[in-house]
Amino acid sequence: MDFRDSPAEGEFRERLRAWLVDNNPGLPASSTDDEYWARQAEWHTALYDAGFFGLSWPKRFGGHDLPSVYDVILDEELALAGAPPRPSLGYLVQGISTHGSEAIQERFLPGLISGRERWCQGFSEPDAGSDLAALRTTAKRDGDEYVITGHKIWTSYSDVADWCLVLARTDPDVPKHKGITAFAVPMDQPQIEQRPLPMMNGVTNEFGQVIFDGARVAAENRIGEPGEGWRLAMTVVSHEREPGELGFVGRYAKTVKDLERTVRADPGAFRSDQREAVAWAYVEVEMLRLHVCRRLSERLDGIDHGPGGSIDKLLMTWAEQTVGHAALSVAGSRAATDSDDVALKTYLYSRAQSVMGGTSQIQKNIIATRILGLPVA
Amino acid sequence: MDVRDTPEQAELRRTARQLARELGPRTVADLDDEKRAERLARAVRDAGWLELRHDEGDGRPLAGGVEAAIIADALAGAVADVAFSGPVLAADLARRAGAEPAERAAVAFESDLTGAAVVSGAATATPLHAVDGMAGTDRAYVLVPDGDGYRLAQVPVGDARDGSDLTRAIRPVSAGASPSEVSARGRLLTEDDLASWTALGLALTSADLVGVMRGLLDLSVAYAAERRQYGVPVGSFQAVQHLLAEGRCLMEGALSAALHASWAVDHLGPDEARAAGRVAKAYSSRAARTVCETAVQVYGGMGNTWECIVHVYLRRALLSSRWFGDDGLQLHELQRTRLGASDGLS
Repeated sequence: MDFRDSPAEGEFRERLRAWLVDNNPGLPASSTDDEYWARQAEWHTALYDAGFFGLSWPKRFGGHDLPSVYDVILDEELALAGAPPRPSLGYLVQGISTHGSEAIQERFLPGLISGRERWCQGFSEPDAGSDLAALRTTAKRDGDEYVITGHKIWTSYSDVADWCLVLARTDPDVPKHKGITAFAVPMDQPQIEQRPLPMMNGVTNEFGQVIFDGARVAAENRIGEPGEGWRLAMTVVSHEREPGELGFVGRYAKTVKDLERTVRADPGAFRSDQREAVAWAYVEVEMLRLHVCRRLSERLDGIDHGPGGSIDKLLMTWAEQTVGHAALSVAGSRAATDSDDVALKTYLYSRAQSVMGGTSQIQKNIIATRILGLPVA
Repeated sequence: MDVRDTPEQAELRRTARQLARELGPRTVADLDDEKRAERLARAVRDAGWLELRHDEGDGRPLAGGVEAAIIADALAGAVADVAFSGPVLAADLARRAGAEPAERAAVAFESDLTGAAVVSGAATATPLHAVDGMAGTDRAYVLVPDGDGYRLAQVPVGDARDGSDLTRAIRPVSAGASPSEVSARGRLLTEDDLASWTALGLALTSADLVGVMRGLLDLSVAYAAERRQYGVPVGSFQAVQHLLAEGRCLMEGALSAALHASWAVDHLGPDEARAAGRVAKAYSSRAARTVCETAVQVYGGMGNTWECIVHVYLRRALLSSRWFGDDGLQLHELQRTRLGASDGLS
């Protein structure tokens, strides 16, 4: 057991730290500001071009073939420099590399990893949220193409995406989990309408709704076999639940640092309960950072697509929502009198974490039945 | 970075858990089985675990904080009624003071149990508590101020009695006890020594809480799967499942923080190691209280009875939380160091 950098890790950390001195774009926090989403692509490309993105992914697709623990270093240094977190798309890489053919991987992974091609994920629908397998979007074969019709929602970055990883029903006559297939659908076609979905904290550029009205996708863009869509979805969401895959620790640590700075600047202005809220947020985020160290170290034994991500997701959710409460506490009346207050926006955004990527209740069901082995009702 | 157990650490974890399972109490009545408790104590001593923090010969301990925490976690997982952290902490303090560790010594704590007792005058001014000494413990270490540091001294202790914890003994040191020298050729303990030693105490008590959570969750999950109401196992109800699932998450998070704290004891500077311990202790104290209360709830009426073993875990958690300071104290200390001058509460 060793939490220290190896010599190679230390060298990487030094190089990254030096690069960040000149290359921190100084974007506002992703959770509170549209400007972040408008310039996220730039940040992704800059990180990638400098050799600091896609660290654990295969070299032949633009990654660096490094152990996953390098992502811990990346997140720590980004937070330390006050730089934006790394773009969160590891779960798409996991889904495509686990289920896509060699041809699909070669076609799509390099653009996804480099950021030259932007992606969104078309899973949830208005009537298929927690019950994802109830999705009603259809894909009907038409010659060498499939025709997609349906309505997707909670589609992050849909306004700027070149591709959408769509789950659609290809066989209505089999049980609901078995008739779903995944496709890489090009977003640039008139049969796709993108509608922004403003969040309650005012961010409008993150989420969208996407209407597919006879959109077309080449049959060769099918990912996995017909009917493999559910298994692909489970691979994707299991990693979408991992803070180590998402890089969110950096985002939380940055907020806690800002809160600590605020209190330190004028200690007498804060009550003991406000100080304790900040200290507890620090403890939660440290716990999460160390938990990610452990989970990414375990990947040295091989990547597991199992239910463990649900544990990580709950720990991450508690950490983010604790940080949100601390931000609100420290802000005091400002959060009530100024609708643009960053703490207000941070807090409001934190409420989504117990829903996105699968609700906390779904995670608890998964942990209870698949990890603890309790009987299904 | 690779925070997995080494093969040797994994083997130690397996061995320690197996020993604790085989010789620890299975029922509350087992706590009265003195032969079993003696076998357990002998096994722990024969394994050499009480000597982990003895001097290797060059001032360094024989084994790391990680190894000690692995054992603390394993013993707590089976509420093993054997002294371990107490003698290990006493030996660690003696090693730092350049003294030969006495086998039957524990450390005397101030009455709030947060730190080693400091005796400024010719005799102890207030009652003290020696925590988790082995059978036959007759003396406890105290600190006597001397210049910039502290001399290690010892005071006699009274007979063992139960505190909240039925598995580890508390021995009173009455007010008026006179400290005597422990070693002619010792050295003064510095503030750094005490910070590093506190880091070990925080790591071991955190690991103990992780073990309590792990052991108690295993029991509670098994009970929920077996206990039937309305014709089905109560563990099939989401209301019960979600409590246990939350508990599992809390245990995993606490484990991650506690592993780091145990590693930090020997690899980070004194202040950093102690801060790592405070993070682990704050998180695991809160987590353990929730998990233990969940277990009482899942066991229902039986969970509130003396004969159900759940309270043995809960009681052990109460001592481990308090020993070296609970979550409230750790948060207070973290605030002082991270947020600057306080609001007058300190």
